[in-house]
Amino acid sequence: MRFVIEKRNERSKRMQILVPLVSLVISALLGSIVLLFCNANPLQTYAAIINGAFSSPMRFQYTIAKMIPLLMCGLSVGIAFRLRFWNIGAEGQYVMGVIGITWVMQFWTWLPAPLLLPIGILMSFVFGGIWGGIPGALKANWKVDETLVTLMMNYIAIGIAEYLYISAWKAPKGNMGTVKYPEVAWIGRMWGKIHYGVIIVLILVVVLYFVLYKTRWGFELNMIGKNSEAARCQGVSIKRNIIIAMLISGGIAGLGGGINSAAVTHCLTSGVNSGYGFTGIIVAWMSGLNPFISVLVAIFLAALQTGSDALQITMNLPSSMSGVLQGLILLPLLAGNIFIDHRLKIVNKKEVI
Amino acid sequence: MEKIPVVELKNLTKRFPGVIANEDVNLTLFEGEVLALLGENGAGKSTLMNMLVGLYRPDEGEIFIKGKKVDISSPQDSMALGVGMIHQEFMLVGNLSVAENIVLGLPDLEIRPPFAKINKKLIELGKQYDLNIDPTSIIDNLTVGEQQRVEILKLLYRGANILILDEPTAVLTPGESKELNKIIKKMLSEGKSAIFISHKMNEVLEFSDRVQILRKGKSVGTRETSTITKLQDIAKLMVGRDVLFSLEKGEYNPGDIKVEIKDVSIEYKKSVRPLLNHINLQVRAGEIVGIAGVAGNGQQALSEAITGLRKITSGSININNKDMSNKTPIQIINMRVSHIPADRNKMGIVGDMSVGENLSMKKYRTEELSHHNIINKALIKIFANKLINTFTIKTPTQYTNAKFLSGGNIQKTILAREIDSCKGILIAVYPSRGLDVGATETVRMSIIKQRDNGTAILLVSEELEELQMVCDKIAVMFEGRIMDIMDTKDATTEKIGLLMAGVERGEM
Amino acid sequence: MSNLDFITKLLAATLAMGTSLTYATLGEVFTEKSGVLNLGVEGTMLMGALSGFAVTYFTSSLILGLLIAILAGALFSLIHAFITITLRANQVVSGLAITMFGTGLANFLGKKIGPELNGYNLVGLNLPVRFHNISIPLLNRLPFLGAFFNVSVLTYALYLILPLSWYYMYKTKYGLALRAVGEAPRTAAAMGINVNKNRYLYTILGGAFSGLGGAALSLFFTPSWNDGMTGGMGWIAIALVIFSTWNPGRVAIGTLIFGGITSLQFAIQAAGIRMIIPAQFLAIAPYFITLVTLVFMTINAQRKEGHFASPSALGVAFAIDEK
Repeated sequence: MRFVIEKRNERSKRMQILVPLVSLVISALLGSIVLLFCNANPLQTYAAIINGAFSSPMRFQYTIAKMIPLLMCGLSVGIAFRLRFWNIGAEGQYVMGVIGITWVMQFWTWLPAPLLLPIGILMSFVFGGIWGGIPGALKANWKVDETLVTLMMNYIAIGIAEYLYISAWKAPKGNMGTVKYPEVAWIGRMWGKIHYGVIIVLILVVVLYFVLYKTRWGFELNMIGKNSEAARCQGVSIKRNIIIAMLISGGIAGLGGGINSAAVTHCLTSGVNSGYGFTGIIVAWMSGLNPFISVLVAIFLAALQTGSDALQITMNLPSSMSGVLQGLILLPLLAGNIFIDHRLKIVNKKEVI
Repeated sequence: MEKIPVVELKNLTKRFPGVIANEDVNLTLFEGEVLALLGENGAGKSTLMNMLVGLYRPDEGEIFIKGKKVDISSPQDSMALGVGMIHQEFMLVGNLSVAENIVLGLPDLEIRPPFAKINKKLIELGKQYDLNIDPTSIIDNLTVGEQQRVEILKLLYRGANILILDEPTAVLTPGESKELNKIIKKMLSEGKSAIFISHKMNEVLEFSDRVQILRKGKSVGTRETSTITKLQDIAKLMVGRDVLFSLEKGEYNPGDIKVEIKDVSIEYKKSVRPLLNHINLQVRAGEIVGIAGVAGNGQQALSEAITGLRKITSGSININNKDMSNKTPIQIINMRVSHIPADRNKMGIVGDMSVGENLSMKKYRTEELSHHNIINKALIKIFANKLINTFTIKTPTQYTNAKFLSGGNIQKTILAREIDSCKGILIAVYPSRGLDVGATETVRMSIIKQRDNGTAILLVSEELEELQMVCDKIAVMFEGRIMDIMDTKDATTEKIGLLMAGVERGEM
Repeated sequence: MSNLDFITKLLAATLAMGTSLTYATLGEVFTEKSGVLNLGVEGTMLMGALSGFAVTYFTSSLILGLLIAILAGALFSLIHAFITITLRANQVVSGLAITMFGTGLANFLGKKIGPELNGYNLVGLNLPVRFHNISIPLLNRLPFLGAFFNVSVLTYALYLILPLSWYYMYKTKYGLALRAVGEAPRTAAAMGINVNKNRYLYTILGGAFSGLGGAALSLFFTPSWNDGMTGGMGWIAIALVIFSTWNPGRVAIGTLIFGGITSLQFAIQAAGIRMIIPAQFLAIAPYFITLVTLVFMTINAQRKEGHFASPSALGVAFAIDEK
């Protein structure tokens, strides 16, 4: 007797709900094992994470502030994944966005002050877009593997950024980081740590939802992602759409970098490669590429991070608990996903392969 | 002398989700004989043979080899019994050498395969059978013909004495086929037994001792080759005598030339034979031109060249008197050319999108379904419901994903979309392939209705009956060439069958 | 300091650093050759580094430390294997999840399983034992090449493992099956090879090598434990797999060049030499060169209609009934 995984006749609606729920329970159980191993009370720890993320206005603000760039990267990756374009380069595109806005803030000072911020933000989109467009063009024209290209380009972008903040654009004082942006060009705060970037990102969510689900172009992207050969037969240009989608995907990640540096860091300095781009992949994947669900997932993951940061003080547990939990949530979810389209069958006869 | 059976298949049945590939098939192969297995595409020949070599397991039935009941659960089991197969798609690893491919997976292979010894043996075998292959060359650098000789070498090296040859000449040029035939004859002269799958009648006559015919997964009879006096009898058995619909068809009243193909060729990368070889063809308004031929003889390449999906290397394609050679698919679509593609699941529909969306895939970009680039879901709903009713597509709702429909309803979905958007030209490739009687009838009637409305139609089909029933003219393709074009009234089954098998007009 | 001295020292540093990189790259070559892309190398290496360090610290046994590191690496890649081979999930996402999980868990445990005296922290501890360089008399006096004969056991082992791996992959029947499985799984299956069994085997082997590479860092190169101490080495390893064109025989070339570049960067900083090329550009050189190599190889392969070096079935799950 052995188990065989067999295709279902239709997507199981029940499994679509059951799999994430069961995964979450399994993750919590697995996390408990790790915690018990370290003599920590799992229930207390989980409660502390939730407290750490939401219990006070300041903590909530901190969570939302973290959510903004994370969600940007999630939206960015979501567009690429729609086309089955495995863009794991949001990290690099995000960094390029920061470089773009910093360039404007450093050298375009002749601009009228009110224009600095909008042009800087625009430049972050352009820089990120170029960084996404290159792998797009390579894939569209020569079928160069996008996973590896975007991976390499992450580290190239980070290297360029390091060069800029350590030597070329380094502020005269201090040992790293550029001069702070002029204060007029900062993105203001709305409520505590929450800045106006949250409005931009929420507008982006609505716009993207509209574009992806309501327009002709969104329809075409959907066709390409789900069956590119059929899309081609219907006259949809695969090449052009991959390049355009990657320009936008990279642009949005870049925008995330631009907004975060205009609102939070106000310069290009170490820590620019904060991992938002990588976590953005998880946001996109867990949300099923839906912009609205991405908001929830991004809040969830951001809360996990701020909540884990708080563990240090409340539970004397390392903040890297967030990485452990992220992995533990993702892995069972990945594993369970197959049961939406497939079922487990027990066979008695020996089957081939 | 009593004949000894080497292979006996008894009541084999194999089901795949939704289809019965083989039902209750019996087959006997005697020692030293060649049995030709004949049947249309999808008749279940390859599935039957894959069970014999252990790639699939039968759901029911038994296999006997040399009188002993055997349990073949992997390719290694069948190899050990002396069964070897040359598959339609070659089973070769492209970046490995010839020798490496030949010993791949051998159970008694040494940990460090002694390639010096192996190469020597391969060269000897090659000489013996005139195969002439360098064992050290990499598969990817070989031509298709050479690759096939590697497959034969593999059988010889492994000492197979029951050979299964699945359409071995289908991918070869006539010259290569002749060479291959010589080699196979030599192998047979040494007492090996063989099952030979082919579409080409003259090959079958030349090689086989007996012929067994499969139709729709079932065996429909065997004949001694020596008793076959007329190829036509065999052709009739293969095609079968299904219910004949008399389809109402308007008067043949051809109009202007809508599609004109002039001297079009497509050179293919490594194969010596071009995909299309100087094709000339015209389709007029209000007529259906049928293309007959065994699949893989260039019909699909021709339809893809017209619809812009494949680049042509020479010649020109005029649509509505405009040169549309090597234009993009959207440019062709904008000329109002509709296309029912050959592979309905891979090219025709997006399985993970809804039936309604699939129906809208041509018109979503027009003002009929969208405005200022924004798709109007309400209009799509009305539009889709209208088509679902007109074409009687059986689906739970228009929001069901298309991949869950039956083959016939998927095809109706495509048909509805293409016919609805069709203004003047329709390219239909195997539109009724694998469909049941009812769906087939719908498809055929829709096509005829279009023709009566003045559409120029190119219909590619493997079913002679369909072509005879539906078309005004029939062209026969073989190895990338058009063998002949004739009026349907002159196109007898016998004549087309022979042309399809590569028999030139002069030879008949 | 003479030029000769500088170069010898540079070579020594290169070899010390390149050792970890070579183990990880070699492991990933095996994994990818079988058709599985494992982006979890970085996390797996960290788990190897942590478990090797912790076990050695508490048991004073280097052998035990290495074994546990290898085991940890194997276990981590087993998760990846199960999720992507048996459950056919996306290899990119799964690999990233493994890296995320491994990095998080290693950093977490590094602060929780240390001795009580150090606040349960492993950071800042010294090992009771570590791997040392062993010189081979006479040979170590050779100009330039001497550096190759004054290295640790872990590096000497590579002098054996690398040629053996090449031999295994290109000269034995197991290697033949491995290459077939990553290139043409359907054909391999038709020839009676168990595709998924092979994939499991080489994914686990690759993880074991990654774990070993991580331990080489924490038991020899640094030797200590630090949060995220691999510093992106796992990603460089994935880049170097491309650079080596999936050939174990070429792994050392890539790791030497890129280990060299990194060491040069440190050496220049230490010597306070001003360079025309900024140090950060040296740091991105591995990625840049790999990128150019990848693009060039792909375009070239298409122009010649030939075969690109990457395994054709890389990243695609296999099931015989689903094409």
